[in-house]
Amino acid sequence: MKIDDLLNHSSEWLKASGPNSDIVISSRIRLARNLEIISFPHWADKKQSEQVLNAVSNSALKMDYLKGATILRMADLDGLDKQLLVERHLMSYEHAQKADHKAVIIDDNEIISLMVNEEDHIRMQVMQSGLNLFEAWNIINKIDDYLAKELPFAFLPDWGYLTACPTNTGTGMRGSVMLHLPALVMTRQINRVLAAISKLSFTTRGLYGEGTQATGNFFQISNQVSLGHNENEIIENINSLIKQIVEQEGQAREALLSKNRSMLEDRVSRSSGILKSAHIISSQETIELLSMVRLGYDLGMIKEIDRRDINELFIITQPAHLQKIENKKLSSVERDAKRAEIVRNRLKGIILGG
Amino acid sequence: MLCDICNKNSATVHLTEIIDDQMNELHLCEECARQKSVQMEQQFGLSDLLAGLAEFNKPALEKEAQDLKCPNCALTYNDFKKMGRLGCGECYSAFKKYLGPLLKRIHGSNLHVGKSPLKVSGGLKKKIDLSGLRQKLQKAVEAEAFEEAAHLRDQIREFEKKQPQEDKEDTKEK
Repeated sequence: MKIDDLLNHSSEWLKASGPNSDIVISSRIRLARNLEIISFPHWADKKQSEQVLNAVSNSALKMDYLKGATILRMADLDGLDKQLLVERHLMSYEHAQKADHKAVIIDDNEIISLMVNEEDHIRMQVMQSGLNLFEAWNIINKIDDYLAKELPFAFLPDWGYLTACPTNTGTGMRGSVMLHLPALVMTRQINRVLAAISKLSFTTRGLYGEGTQATGNFFQISNQVSLGHNENEIIENINSLIKQIVEQEGQAREALLSKNRSMLEDRVSRSSGILKSAHIISSQETIELLSMVRLGYDLGMIKEIDRRDINELFIITQPAHLQKIENKKLSSVERDAKRAEIVRNRLKGIILGG
Repeated sequence: MLCDICNKNSATVHLTEIIDDQMNELHLCEECARQKSVQMEQQFGLSDLLAGLAEFNKPALEKEAQDLKCPNCALTYNDFKKMGRLGCGECYSAFKKYLGPLLKRIHGSNLHVGKSPLKVSGGLKKKIDLSGLRQKLQKAVEAEAFEEAAHLRDQIREFEKKQPQEDKEDTKEK
């Protein structure tokens, strides 16, 4: 697979096929691993980093899960390619920054990705559609077992897997779930929910992870603590927390439907109206309006497009995707026009006021 | 109300500062608030926060820690304080005394109960042996940490199951 092939192909986690996929976009598990003795990426010299890159990619590509997977070295990619991978959640923004001796390994369905020489020697992640942390864990646990047979991981019995930052020590695991919570935002209950989450030592972030703000009612919730609980407990904890939030969002949607139906229909119709007719639109506005269209679909107000198409629009209207589709660099004004054109085309089937 | 710092301009920014459990309210003008916020940003880098957590106000301990250096990768404890990142896996053993309390502060625990690599190379392998686990189990039982004890018991069982298989693999490799 070449990087351009990603465009003709939709990521598995966008398919809206998993449990609770009306409210939960995706589930992700990430494990941080390091090789023993060798310095962590920020402290390693070139020789060490190259050694890690070779050892990890050789072992990884031998395993069944990654047969036919693509290895992309950061040094071979241009800025646009790297941004495309970030927009598809296949690697972090940090990984795109300094190119030296970094790589990402991706399977064809974009379920598995393995960053080499990010903050730790190995950052592997498995993404699933909907609320499906346990399946993600099943897969990543097997990948980790395989790699552990091939590579000597830095590990202490008392402290678990040793990571560059002590906030990841222990299981090295972070489970994250991306939620779409428009009704909790509209009913102003979201701050109460987020405050409760942070008290339980979970963190909330925006659509693109660390350091990003919540836009379009999307929230990414993940565990903060990685030591002192085993992997299953951590996943159980996130899972039960997410289930409660899903229930609350569901109740808020019901309440809005029964008490404020016309307000809701108005917002959904206006949002799809703007998206169907705009000729220039920013990515921020697109996300916010698409959020309303998605809610409209969930509540049965919009029927002519399905959830997967809406999910996909969130990704393909991002800057690098637009430029890759056009196959040239676009200024921000040109991007806003191209974005509006794509959205108009995709949503033209929607009948307003129905 | 006049600004608490310059006492000239009127205060438009109101801050609550907590230093050593002492709450302090500050009323500042915009100019002084801007300066103050620069100071605060400098104070609260992640690395400082992490290192700060490790030392909990024991200057003597801090002085001793300054000279520590990882024998494997040469990162000093001071480097860790500055960057908030360790240099290699061996740093954990080198700075064990300081990292233990830090991990406990961050995670609320400093004992790993999750999975462990099936095969750990060289000297490390010996550390994950049954006796180590059994010692931990005993400690947990003594401390009446029964949930932890149950985990350890499971780990030991698992380990006993895996042991013969792994040994076979090892001999094959040699």
